[in-house]
Amino acid sequence: MKKALGELLSGFVSLLTGMRITLRQFFMKDVTVRYPHEALKMPKRYRGHIVFVRDAESGKSLCIACKSCEKACPSDCIVVDGIKREGEKRKSVTDFNLDFTRCSLCGSCVEVCPVDALEFSKNYNLASTRKDVYQIDLVKRMEDGPK
Amino acid sequence: MLLEKTNLVKSGDNETFVLNLGPQHPATHGVLRVKLTMDGEYITRAEPVPGYIHRMHEKMGENRTWAQFLPNTSRIDYLSAMHYTHAYVAAVERAAGIEVPLRAEYIRVITSELNRISSHLVWFGAFILDLGGFTPLLYAFDDREKILDLLESVTGARLTYCYYRFGGLCNDVDSDFITGTKEFIEYLKPRLEMYRQLVTNNIILKKRLEGIGPISAEMCRKYGATGPVIRGAGVACDVRRVEPYSVYPELDFEIPVYHEADCMARYLVRMDEMYQSLRILEQAIAKLPEGPIMGKVQKSVKVPAGDYYFAVEASRGRFAVRIVSDGKEIPYRLKLRAPSFSNLSLFEEASQGMMLPDALALMGSLDLVIPDIDR
Repeated sequence: MKKALGELLSGFVSLLTGMRITLRQFFMKDVTVRYPHEALKMPKRYRGHIVFVRDAESGKSLCIACKSCEKACPSDCIVVDGIKREGEKRKSVTDFNLDFTRCSLCGSCVEVCPVDALEFSKNYNLASTRKDVYQIDLVKRMEDGPK
Repeated sequence: MLLEKTNLVKSGDNETFVLNLGPQHPATHGVLRVKLTMDGEYITRAEPVPGYIHRMHEKMGENRTWAQFLPNTSRIDYLSAMHYTHAYVAAVERAAGIEVPLRAEYIRVITSELNRISSHLVWFGAFILDLGGFTPLLYAFDDREKILDLLESVTGARLTYCYYRFGGLCNDVDSDFITGTKEFIEYLKPRLEMYRQLVTNNIILKKRLEGIGPISAEMCRKYGATGPVIRGAGVACDVRRVEPYSVYPELDFEIPVYHEADCMARYLVRMDEMYQSLRILEQAIAKLPEGPIMGKVQKSVKVPAGDYYFAVEASRGRFAVRIVSDGKEIPYRLKLRAPSFSNLSLFEEASQGMMLPDALALMGSLDLVIPDIDR
């Protein structure tokens, strides 16, 4: 009898403590944002899919088609090709295809690049129902858009 | 005596039925299937059926270069990715004789301990959710989000960090991270006290956990269970203490041990570990030296032929990497010793004769991560 009463009392105390904490939380500021109306800022080092870095002067890609990234990639998702144009010292890139369906965003390609021609995009809205959306042509992407 | 099975089935008839718990059951946290043979509400046999998300991580390691395996390490146990990467890079560093700068080691400890807290917070929320309490999950995830933001600002990812490299780290931490971590430490202390009031002292939780699911130290040894499971059984076994690595010997912290060996003991071990992790964080930040974050490493790491082993204390227990090299640029053999697998192994014996809801409490207290079991 005594034990039952004790349990009843401690149960009541537990209940009150819970209520007090929950009630206090009720008046606190929201921790969520109303995505997609508001969105959080991506940190500087956020790893999205890779994009080309533009040369500040010519506006072209810095890539020299050395294929280091192709070799470093653990998932074999990069295919690079380039040609050596006349009058230029280095090779320039003609094809750079990223198969994003296989990419695990490890960043090995960015790290291994000898001329720092790759960077991460901050784009994370990448949901789609079509597979070809994820075959990203980096050369075309750079030529088409401002970035 | 708690270790006695108090509610063993005594009926002699064979009127049992088979109940499939999982592979898509909310209480199993992933795709673990447990085939339960039930006698009414009592379990007579529980047979775990793992393997639904087996991804051949070990085999993958054997057909790619040493560095190419790094992203895999974050995906074995996605909740304690830092520890797993640490074990792998440290194994390769030990094999190739690479020196790691002191600053890098301290940052490894800081990020690992942040990761441990975030992992325990997920377990805390999910465990209470298993027992029927929804609110603590939301509080715990709110706190965890702060850790993820911190780690994201440094590593660029929220879960699959892939932050450590052979010989150091891929990028340095900035002062924002340090102040952010300091603020977080001060933020979490009252939150942990709040959890104590709200959850640990709650009578419902006590009734669900105290004396439930005894796992003796002997059983832990039999199945190789480590981490909070064995520490809840009264054995102070923590890789950070028994096989010190990194800069842990220079830091002052305690290994929480409880002797009750029940679900409550394992719960309390993890709750105390969060406090200890905060202590480690405070000291590591105070001691953080200036200097380089990368040691001298060749462009492609060469591991001399031989057999190497390295263990770390992950959130769920001892995680070890064994690498066998034949001197080539890809590993000959890569063995991953995952703590969740051993911790699951004892479930069959430990859950015998338990009631179903108690067995779920037991399973929750083991803190299973299914990708870690399957690998």
